[in-house]
Amino acid sequence: MTPMWYIVLAAVLFSIGAVGVLVRRNAIVLFMCVELMLNAANLALVTFSRINGTLDGQIMAFFAMVVAAAEVVIGLAIIMLIFRTRRSASVDDANLLKY
Amino acid sequence: MSAVQTGEIITFFILAPLAVIGALGMVLARNAVHSALWLILTMLSLGVFYIVQAGPFIGMVQIIVYTGAIMMLFLFVLMLVGRDASDSVIETLRGQKVVGTLLGVGLAGLMATGIYQATRDYTVVGLEAANKDGNVQGLAKLIFTNYVFAFEVTSALLITAAVGAMILAHQEKSGVKAVGQVAKMRERFLPGNYPGPKPGPGVFATSNSVATPAKLPDGNPSQRSISPILPTRELTAAEKADKPTLTGGA
Repeated sequence: MTPMWYIVLAAVLFSIGAVGVLVRRNAIVLFMCVELMLNAANLALVTFSRINGTLDGQIMAFFAMVVAAAEVVIGLAIIMLIFRTRRSASVDDANLLKY
Repeated sequence: MSAVQTGEIITFFILAPLAVIGALGMVLARNAVHSALWLILTMLSLGVFYIVQAGPFIGMVQIIVYTGAIMMLFLFVLMLVGRDASDSVIETLRGQKVVGTLLGVGLAGLMATGIYQATRDYTVVGLEAANKDGNVQGLAKLIFTNYVFAFEVTSALLITAAVGAMILAHQEKSGVKAVGQVAKMRERFLPGNYPGPKPGPGVFATSNSVATPAKLPDGNPSQRSISPILPTRELTAAEKADKPTLTGGA
């Protein structure tokens, strides 16, 4: 086994997240799938860091986590806002820019 | 650490299936809360992977920030936004699920085999040299030299996100007029309004649930004593029967 198995696992997790974004309807679950994709990318970054012998990959994963935290805060606030006006968290219901 | 040791192989082949199961469970679970819990399983496994791969700092950050903070935020919003809002089974585009799944399998196959083939012959350097002063020290040296600008910009990003979330989640109370104390009192003692506090839910010897209604003087349950969203707890005949303390001993 080489560390490349981690990359394979990251690819699999990323694809599962992508499938989730495609097939799920609930906006919050959709968001969790995006988080899974970000996590898979982080795993790949940490593995690349180990392969190359420098810590830059871990730093990039760290920054990705910070950006993900900010993105989750804003995204969930938007979902709350949509839910308040539409009483629904389904992405199919919100098909207009207003109302 | 550059060579993969037996312990790491065992860890990988236990946790990698768990991570994949967690990811699949998240996509397949009907209930959004279950999805969140499955995702936590995946994230915890990834945190262990980071630690195993000579990144203890990033692993702990993964566990604290992702599973600790972000997923708790998800659960909070789920509880606010109605956790029973399950997915509609109606497909807006016909066959979307099948096509989406096929695309996902194709993507996984392409990426996994492609990257594996491309990187198979790489020599793994390992992080012993980079981590010789300690992982946190090594990361700190990089963050505060090469990446100091990105680090500073991150602070601006976090402030913007916090302010943005406050603005988005803020509710303007329009249309509701401020009622003064005098008007409130008048309204409270108007005929037809019960001025006293509502009765509390019943706490009996048989039940201390907030779903057990208090009893009125005639023995009937008082519906005002429980929250309207709670289902009334039906007492069984044995629970309703007078207790020996009331009848003076059995």
